[in-house]
Amino acid sequence: MYAWIWRHLPSPLPLRLATALVLVAGVVAVLFTVVFPWAEHTLPFLHVTVN
Amino acid sequence: MSATRAAVRSLGELMITAGLVLLLFVVYQLVWTNLAAEHAQHKVTDTLRQDWLREGGTGATGTIHLSKSDFGKGFAFLHIPRLGRKYSVPVVQGVSLPDLSRGVGHYPKTAVPGEVGNFAVAGHRATNGEPFAHLDHVKVGDSLVVETRGTWYSYVVDKVQIVEPSAVWVLDPVPGKPDQQPTQQLITLTTCNPRWASTQRMILFGHEVQTQPTSEGRPLALTKDH
Repeated sequence: MYAWIWRHLPSPLPLRLATALVLVAGVVAVLFTVVFPWAEHTLPFLHVTVN
Repeated sequence: MSATRAAVRSLGELMITAGLVLLLFVVYQLVWTNLAAEHAQHKVTDTLRQDWLREGGTGATGTIHLSKSDFGKGFAFLHIPRLGRKYSVPVVQGVSLPDLSRGVGHYPKTAVPGEVGNFAVAGHRATNGEPFAHLDHVKVGDSLVVETRGTWYSYVVDKVQIVEPSAVWVLDPVPGKPDQQPTQQLITLTTCNPRWASTQRMILFGHEVQTQPTSEGRPLALTKDH
C-alpha cells in the first residue's frame, strides 16, 4: 500500500518527500479535528454527569 | 511477488497503521485535550473577568440569570482551597462535552449560586482539563468557594458519596428528598469514579455557610492556611 503510494508521488526525491509529509500532516489533522473528537464520546472516563 | 505475499504485506501495513492511529489517539487524549482545555479555560476566564470589569462588576450584587444562549459561557469561578491555593476553574453553563472542556459545568435545571436550592456542577476527572482529577482529596469539612460578579459564596462539604451513574436524585433541590421544599443553599459536585472509568459517580455535597460582597475582599476560606 505504502509502496504503491510512494511510487505514485511526483519525483524528484525532495518533492516526493515533501508531498509525503503533507499527506501525513493532512491525515493527522483530520484525525485530531474530526475522528478523535467523535471517538472521544465513547470513552468511559468522560461520563461525569448523573442522568 | 506472489499474490499471497502482497496480501500479507498489505495486511501488515494496515495493522501497523492501526497501531499508530491508536497511539496518536492516546496522545490526543492525554496531552492534546488538556492543552486545548487549558487554552479554552483561559479564554473563558479572560472573557468573564473583562465582562465583570466592564459592567462595573465588583460590588454589584444580584441574582444570576442564565438563558439558553448562555450554554458554554462562564458565569462564576469555583475555588477549592484543598486542591491548591490558586485552584480556580470557570463554571460554565451546561454539562455537554463541549461545555465541560471549557471548565466545570452547571446542570442547567439546578439552582444558581445564592439561590435557595441545589447548585449542581459536573467536571472531568481525567483528560479535557481534568479540573476534578483530585476531587477525592477533598474531605468532609473542607471549603468550596464560588465567586460570582458581586459575591463570594463559601460552602462546607457535608458528605462524599459514591453512587450509580443513574442517581439523578443528587441534583434534587434537597438531594434524595424530591418532595421537600428547599430552605438552604446547597452545592453538589459530580464526577466519574473510579477516575478512569464510568461505572460510578463520585458526589460531594455541601451547604452554604457564608456570603460576602467581592468589595470586601477574598473570603476567609481562601486566605487561611491549610
